[in-house]
Amino acid sequence: MPNMSLVKNPMPSQEPDVRNKNFSEVALGYSEEQAIDEAQRCLNCKMKPCVTGCPVQIDIPRFIGFVAAGEFEKAYEVITESSSLPAVCGRVCPQETQCESKCVRGKKGEPVAIGRLERFVADWHNQNSTAAVKVPEKNGHKVAVIGSGPSGLTCAGDLAKKGYDVTIFEALHLPGGVLVYGIPEFRLPKAIVQKEIDSLKALGVKVETNMVIGKVLSIDELMEEQGFEAVFIGSGAGLPRFMKIPGENLNGVFSANEFLTRVNLMKAYKDGAQTPIYHGKKIAVVGGGNVAMDAARCAKRLGADVTVVYRRTQNELPARHEEVEHAMEEGIVFKFLTNPTEIKGDDKGWVCGMTCQEMELSEPDESGRRKPVPKEGAIIDFECDGVIMSIGTSPNPLIKSTTEGLETQKWGGIVADENGQTSRAHVYAGGDAVTGAATVILAMGAGKTAAGAIDKDLMG
Amino acid sequence: MYRIVKKVALNPTVTLMDIEAPFVARKAKPGQFIILRVDEDGERIPLTVADFDREKGIVTIIFQIVGGTTERLNHKEEGEYIADFVGPLGKATNVEGKKKVAVVGGGVGCAIAYPVAKAFAENGTIVHSVIGFRTKDLVILEDEFKKASERLVMMTDDGSYGEKGVVTNALEMLIKEGNEYDEVVCIGPVIMMKFVCKLTKEYGIKTTVSMNPIMIDGTGMCGGCRLTVGGETKFACVDGPEFDGHLVDFDEAMKRGATYREFEAAEREKVCNLFKMEVE
Repeated sequence: MPNMSLVKNPMPSQEPDVRNKNFSEVALGYSEEQAIDEAQRCLNCKMKPCVTGCPVQIDIPRFIGFVAAGEFEKAYEVITESSSLPAVCGRVCPQETQCESKCVRGKKGEPVAIGRLERFVADWHNQNSTAAVKVPEKNGHKVAVIGSGPSGLTCAGDLAKKGYDVTIFEALHLPGGVLVYGIPEFRLPKAIVQKEIDSLKALGVKVETNMVIGKVLSIDELMEEQGFEAVFIGSGAGLPRFMKIPGENLNGVFSANEFLTRVNLMKAYKDGAQTPIYHGKKIAVVGGGNVAMDAARCAKRLGADVTVVYRRTQNELPARHEEVEHAMEEGIVFKFLTNPTEIKGDDKGWVCGMTCQEMELSEPDESGRRKPVPKEGAIIDFECDGVIMSIGTSPNPLIKSTTEGLETQKWGGIVADENGQTSRAHVYAGGDAVTGAATVILAMGAGKTAAGAIDKDLMG
Repeated sequence: MYRIVKKVALNPTVTLMDIEAPFVARKAKPGQFIILRVDEDGERIPLTVADFDREKGIVTIIFQIVGGTTERLNHKEEGEYIADFVGPLGKATNVEGKKKVAVVGGGVGCAIAYPVAKAFAENGTIVHSVIGFRTKDLVILEDEFKKASERLVMMTDDGSYGEKGVVTNALEMLIKEGNEYDEVVCIGPVIMMKFVCKLTKEYGIKTTVSMNPIMIDGTGMCGGCRLTVGGETKFACVDGPEFDGHLVDFDEAMKRGATYREFEAAEREKVCNLFKMEVE
């Protein structure tokens, strides 16, 4: 008999007023009992609507069935048939708009906590499994993967499992891409990312760090000199955008990328860190996406009073609901319908405040969207000593500018078809480099699709 | 890991190192830079390429000890390794199509100006070099500049070597002598580049400067290295590091360069003390 509780088993978490002062993980994960209890909420319905909501089509009811039966390792095997980064996805996927949004239980009450169960299964495996990795027999074909973020890791993992000799080229000194430089420790502990990368290495994947493809080697050189038969480009969308308003180059104004990279990749939050980080007292974060939430919550943990400044209302916030809720619980203030028009500085060139325009939402246009428009005469002065710009990123042009015949969109995204095939033969691309800033799981989906297409391409 | 093949103290605070990095050496060009980390917990810092040997797979860097990271780097010896060495990054100097240029270097900036002078000379351009230092003990790369230049003017602030005065004095003298330069390339402290550009603007001579702002990744990702050029925001790492000096907002660049100055000074002292303790 299924567990008919209308609500999910709550996620054990650090208390808001404790966690906003440390960088340890916020959500602590289910116990075995909680996981089994939650898994029993699944009706194992025939239609499996949840699977259609998953970009990598994990057989969700089947893995949940194993959890309900206490067979956690079997559950893990089911997930890894489709996903190569379960411990990551269980933490950062927007399940509420994907698998869980389709769950039948969600029609009356809350859906099954699929994300929390995925995380439980992956963590259980990482802590308890002693099963040795099966190294696949090599098929003798070499593939290069550029970038070690979610799309690159997935593509590399899938190809390695098929026997390909895969080398990942990473520009930074550590692999993981946005999983290590962008998403903070308190949402995704770096040890988990490292574990996923270690398991790829165990499969035989080589990881070359400090290799900026487009600079140190071109794609043509990879294919002609280094003997790679196919290349997957997963170089992400790393270029920060700014608002182009006066004062953006004052000291104390950072892109969210810079701020997060200092905190996460360079560990600048730790005592004795060699990389400096600016400790503002009153920091404004401009933007309303997940990256803005991450930046705001990091700044809070570094001791600042933090205000998120967003030009629309709470209803339009693009960040995941859970992230917004966590940020609010942790004492981050939100100023909606507010758009900075100028950042003001003192005589030494440091930020001392912002001038903002109050906004209102227009009547819905043809597409039904309500645009933020300036409210006449409503100018607000806002005092702050730090500003973090988190208004989006664009694809990095380094590869485009050094690869002849690689078509890109006007805004910089690499043109690729539904299989990830670019305008160049044997060159594939996926993730944010193609779509512009999106989610970890969509990038993984693209890496997976491209791995399949590369396999077809090379093996016929 | 990247091996330190050679280490030479050029003066009390400036050190030259040859680093084994074959992939970087293969592609490096004058004007480009690298990013390094000394050890596993290290900070990433950018340094402009001072020289390279493609056959031996070696890249030369020259650095001044100014903060914790350069202090740590300076404590590494020949045969030891540094954790990371990435490059070549940024755009290379355009040395094509010029008959005669003046290369102006100041202090440790001469380490970056030298490969540019050399590249021009190798390309058949007549090179006049002006290099300036605070005092005689700090002079570096004099012989190298001599080889690359048809004419070399040495300046020291205190007159202890060469002519007394600043580089702008010497450059103006050369211009007034009737030398017609297609371009002036100027690399040194931001304040020096500002005044050289002020001078060359008066004479209408195209001037290129090399900026070395705060950076993390060096690939366009952090935006920490942004500066204003001709009223537009540029990223030194991907749009530069060389820019039209007559368009650069040097005052802003100086302020931005001071962002972590207190941290850097404290870091350096901390590292110095650590090494002292080890010795004791």
